[in-house]
Amino acid sequence: MPDQKIDVQKIFWVMGIGLLFLLLPRFLPRFYVYLTALILLTGLLATSLNLVLGFGGMYQFHHAVFYGVGAYSLALMLTKSGLPVWTGFIAAPLISAIVGYIIGLICVRLSKLYFGMLQISLGSLVWAIVFRWYSFTGGDDGIHGIPLPKILSVSHGAYYFTLIITAISLYLMFRIVHSPFGRTFQAIRDNPERCEAIGIHVRRHQLAGEVIAGFFAGIAGTLFVTVEASVFPDLMFWTLSLEILIMCLLGGWFTFFGPMLGAAIMVILRTFVGIYTEYWTLILGIVLMLLIFFMPDGVLGMIQKAGGRGDGVKGNHRL
Amino acid sequence: MLKVEKLQKSFDGFMAVADANLEVSKGEVVAVIGPNGAGKTTLFHLITGQVSPDSGHIFFKGQDIAGLAPYQICRKGICRSYQVVNIFKRMTVFENVQVALMSFLKMTLNVMTPARKLLIKETLDILESVGLAEKSNQISGSLSHGDQKVLEIAIALGNRPELLILDEPTAGMSPEETAMALGLMNRLSGKLGLTILFCEHDMELVFSIAERIMVMQLGKTLIQSTPDLVKSCRQVQEAYLGGGYLTDA
Repeated sequence: MPDQKIDVQKIFWVMGIGLLFLLLPRFLPRFYVYLTALILLTGLLATSLNLVLGFGGMYQFHHAVFYGVGAYSLALMLTKSGLPVWTGFIAAPLISAIVGYIIGLICVRLSKLYFGMLQISLGSLVWAIVFRWYSFTGGDDGIHGIPLPKILSVSHGAYYFTLIITAISLYLMFRIVHSPFGRTFQAIRDNPERCEAIGIHVRRHQLAGEVIAGFFAGIAGTLFVTVEASVFPDLMFWTLSLEILIMCLLGGWFTFFGPMLGAAIMVILRTFVGIYTEYWTLILGIVLMLLIFFMPDGVLGMIQKAGGRGDGVKGNHRL
Repeated sequence: MLKVEKLQKSFDGFMAVADANLEVSKGEVVAVIGPNGAGKTTLFHLITGQVSPDSGHIFFKGQDIAGLAPYQICRKGICRSYQVVNIFKRMTVFENVQVALMSFLKMTLNVMTPARKLLIKETLDILESVGLAEKSNQISGSLSHGDQKVLEIAIALGNRPELLILDEPTAGMSPEETAMALGLMNRLSGKLGLTILFCEHDMELVFSIAERIMVMQLGKTLIQSTPDLVKSCRQVQEAYLGGGYLTDA
């Protein structure tokens, strides 16, 4: 029978980490607070990707599109429409979810690699529109100096907003992963054929997963706007998709919090190695090679296994 | 309950099922036998929708289900197990069956209730009925082959089928496991009153449990009748049983 106990230790961990993040701006310089916000929202983005990648087994090769769409939607609504500010924050993730639905509708007809390839091409299409449509999206310049609500621009407003929204989003995604839908999704990842045979409409669930992942990526996009007050086409360029894919693999794509960890490692690496050399991708390449050879389950996956949490069977989500 | 008429399916010119005819009445245990490559598994794939037929009809409770998607057919009440173990290997035994139950109860799009609190009793009941209750927390991929085959059946039971299709339920099992599987099939048809359609190479098992037997050869139905009549059918003996075997049995 499944474990029914409430894990007290786990609750303490969550509260401790939460408190740490809350107090962070008190003793860290401004730059590091900004960096933490960046890690949080990138982690949220990576976790949303992992929802379909690690838990759904879908080759989500162009996840950045939903992130970019979320960011651009908010940016455009804030700069070009007279709508109340907060409607933008609600509408942007929904628009991402709709884009997820449309792209998903076309892509889930194919499986595995073909799914990924088609997604890259459709996503690049969205990127090309944004990149070229100067009069509306600002083209390759993007949009800068986006007017944000006052509460977000004072002191550490953006940081706290990012922290709260990320925490809520992570909690919701955690619930989703452990819900009947999440469990079904993992079953589909393991064996789609058998799922069909037990009455599960596989494509419909994959589409639902795509919409959910798009939604949360959209939230991450709005957070980016909150922190940076600008958007540019790189937010939905395929290289970013690759980066967040690596974050999932690096942190452990068969764990829930792995992508968060992966994002932290990547963002920190990029920031600090980037100071010394512009060839930071070279370091990344070496890290990746080491990862593939020595930690195929990612950092968190390996820690769990070493700690005896892993059951020896890859991909049994317990954290 | 199930009626298959003149079913045909070819793969790239190879006629896998040429003319299959089959009838299964409610509560009956029917076996399909035939040499390797006779088209038994393809026939099952056709009935459960994994493969769609070129022509012919499959009536289930009077409704033609030929060409429907597997999940639609499953929802109509036909569930199956596979010849090669086909389970969710990374999940626990419990979760394997629970997912099937969730699918049956249409809960799979529920995103907010914790799954670990759901359907515990129902899942354990099914595991109990097949004798896997003690292993419910094990990762299914780590079970023995025999247990995995039994889990196959347990997953199929999750959808509360009216017709249970078993594709070689004892393939690769040890003699003890086979005896247990036979006991399980007896219980399913006796206690639960399930209609069972299965194919099997173990003739002893077939003749001990099947009420009617359908014999296939080269994709065609030779005969469907009671075990005694099948045994005495000359055509069957020549085609499949190599003569003599059954008269000894």
